[in-house]
Amino acid sequence: MVRKPAAKQSTPNVSKDELLRYYRDMLLIRRFEEKAGQLYGMGLIGGFCHLYIGQEAVVVGLEAAAKDGDKRITSYRDHGHMLACGMDARGVMAELTGRIGGYSKGKGGSMHMFSREKHFYGGHGIVAAQVPLGAGLAFADKYLGNDNVTFVYFGDGAANQGQVYETYNMAELWDLPVVFVIENNQYAMGTSVKRSTKSTTLYGRGEAFGIPGEQVDGMDVLAVKAAGEKAVAHCRAGKGPYILEVMTYRYRGHSMSDPAKYRTREEVQKMRDERDAIEHVRDMLLTGQHASEEDLKAIDKEIKDIVNDSAEFAKDSPEPPLDELWTDIYATDVPQGGAEQNA
Amino acid sequence: MATEILMPALSPTMEEGTLAKWLVKEGDNVKSGDILAEIETDKATMEFEAVDEGIVGKLLVEAGAQGVKVNTPIALLLEEGETADDAKLPASAKSASEPQAEKPPAQSDAPAQSAVEAVATPEPDQSPDWPEGTPTRTMTVREALREAMAEEMERDPTVFLMGEEVGEYQGAYKISQGLLDRFGPRRVVDTPISEYGFAGIGTGAALAGLRPIVEFMTFNFAMQAIDHIINSAAKTLYMSGGQMGCPIVFRGPNGAAARVAAQHSQDYAAWYAQIPGLKVVMPYSAADAKGLLKTAIRDPNPVIFLENEILYGRSFEVPDLPDFTIPFGKASIARPGRDVTIVSFGIGMAHALEAAETLAADGIEAEVIDLRTLRPIDYATVIASVKKTNRCVTVEEGFPVGAIGNHISAHLMENAFDWLDAPVINCTGKDVPMPYAANLEKHALITAAEVVEAVKKVTYR
Ligand SMILES: Cc1ncc(C[n+]2csc(CCOP(=O)(O)OP(=O)(O)O)c2C)c(N)n1
Ligand SMILES: [Mg+2]
Repeated sequence: MVRKPAAKQSTPNVSKDELLRYYRDMLLIRRFEEKAGQLYGMGLIGGFCHLYIGQEAVVVGLEAAAKDGDKRITSYRDHGHMLACGMDARGVMAELTGRIGGYSKGKGGSMHMFSREKHFYGGHGIVAAQVPLGAGLAFADKYLGNDNVTFVYFGDGAANQGQVYETYNMAELWDLPVVFVIENNQYAMGTSVKRSTKSTTLYGRGEAFGIPGEQVDGMDVLAVKAAGEKAVAHCRAGKGPYILEVMTYRYRGHSMSDPAKYRTREEVQKMRDERDAIEHVRDMLLTGQHASEEDLKAIDKEIKDIVNDSAEFAKDSPEPPLDELWTDIYATDVPQGGAEQNA
Repeated sequence: MATEILMPALSPTMEEGTLAKWLVKEGDNVKSGDILAEIETDKATMEFEAVDEGIVGKLLVEAGAQGVKVNTPIALLLEEGETADDAKLPASAKSASEPQAEKPPAQSDAPAQSAVEAVATPEPDQSPDWPEGTPTRTMTVREALREAMAEEMERDPTVFLMGEEVGEYQGAYKISQGLLDRFGPRRVVDTPISEYGFAGIGTGAALAGLRPIVEFMTFNFAMQAIDHIINSAAKTLYMSGGQMGCPIVFRGPNGAAARVAAQHSQDYAAWYAQIPGLKVVMPYSAADAKGLLKTAIRDPNPVIFLENEILYGRSFEVPDLPDFTIPFGKASIARPGRDVTIVSFGIGMAHALEAAETLAADGIEAEVIDLRTLRPIDYATVIASVKKTNRCVTVEEGFPVGAIGNHISAHLMENAFDWLDAPVINCTGKDVPMPYAANLEKHALITAAEVVEAVKKVTYR
């Protein structure tokens, strides 16, 4: 699947601490998602639940290229993005179970969470709607004259929505500081990229609007980070948007109810065995002698504790009181707008 | 013959204007395209050009004159040899006759009649949907929809299905399962996630004579495409003076599923029912789903066919007939009764019927009417029932403001006011976006208990 040769060979100038951080962050997402899948199976989570397992290096790599104040927005496949930008595992898990301790007080669920503090703008259920919204976040930053950048994540399937191209045009026209991150996990539900477009690359579609872009190996967190830094530098220099088509893979079904008959078990297994992003970093840590098996075990344990704690919290947190049905429909003291934090 | 030059309307809303300045004087020779005057409209100052050739005989309105009404003669243009005195004002120019508002022709599908027009209520058609003694099969709504599509595709080679995951994936909700194998990729077309695009492509194909069935994975995503549904599909016949029919079906699940939160749970019945040019169907039972979908596919108009995910798996009896259809605009009395009329449609019927059952135990016999189609609406059946029961409660899942129930209530006020012994109550979903939390979701949705309560109010129990 990956069009570029894997970057397994290189352990470029990367510190031990950095590698350990990526390992920890990716592992947190994976273990969290596994737990979410488990709670779904127990009936504690309902509705749609889209897991991020397999794609962890994308968001962890890009977060490594972000600075304080940068914004992010994504689709319904959002748990990993929230954990990676520092949102609390308890609050995310409790939202999944629809409890008052969740980020949206239980009213949003898996697909709809937000954090003004972490500049995370959701959590959107309508495929590609986050693309113009994200450009709007960048518009606000440009308007306010700061140097923040917005990361807009969307899927290979979303890339076929018309509003993406209206947004590209305006984002370039107005030099908006936005990185369009296409998480190309090869499938939109059951439709492979080959069955939805004859474009050979998705990033290449930016060319028509004058937006530069590139394809990145999304199973290599260091490659993602390097590409992210390049894109962010372009944006911060006032040169407008940049497109990263990050080649990745989701191991699980589209959502919990997907029978996944559109691909073979072998295809998935091969990806897990040969390209897994977490294993890749683990290898680097061990072969570079940055960490021992014992060290990594300790990290695994630490992550497991965080995830178990979040699950306990999510089970114990009460359901929202019935009054909550009628709140948050209209704002009284308009909390909207990024201006207050960024001006 | 002298020609009158009239005060022009220079904007769509201009009724009068100021003749700011004449740029010609009496005796000047003008040809078409010459600027005669500057006229100030409500929006701007515009130059006014001559259309005809001639000699300016007389300026009838002075420069600077304000409030000059559109179509007032402002100058006289003479032919060679004429004088201003020769020229008599043609009588016809005196007053432009007001355009007469014409009454639209009475049309069976036009449901929204004003009180003045609705004089007599037609007799309700309550003939059975299928002949007595017809064998039936137990079938889920899902199977019924699939059969309807397959039968119509078999019958008419211009019928085809398009949408996201309808083919190889066998349908996101498995409605189209097996259709790709049976009819091939020419007639079962997988689309990318491009609702606005493929709704427009479907509409274009319908204008060109095909009969597309466009599946929206859910109607929530049809909001991406609503411009084509309304501006292109619903209005083109009218805009083309009846030339361009658009026989298309837009179908898919509508309304709340379970625990999928605000962006994936909304009932659009009232939205689409508002649009002239659309037909709107919202079946409850499998037989209705089948019979109405076949009618929808054959209808020469754009049809919005609103299904429901929760109902897909429910089973009902469906008549075993080779070609079973149900006409639009014919409600069904799902349960007869004498004490109160409950009007509902779609999944609302589940709550209405459950409430009727509970009420029967309390000695209240509710008549439950399933509208089945919301455009056209079978007013006759509703009114006939209300004349019998003198009370009415409506039940739907959608939001309370601008609900179908509001419209039914208004219609009853206009047409059956004297028969009502209590105000009509509309039971609807709550006026909030759909929450995710299980307990809140339950309260956001309409329930049978609320219907029971409403019935007790209108029956003063
Ligand atoms: C406008 C719209 N159409 C359809 C859907 C149903 N849907 C949800 S996710 C999805 C596939 C999206 O695939 P992709 O953009 O590749 O993202 P991924 O799920 O792979 O992360 C579809 C069709 C939707 N939510 N919104
Ligand atoms: Mg995808």
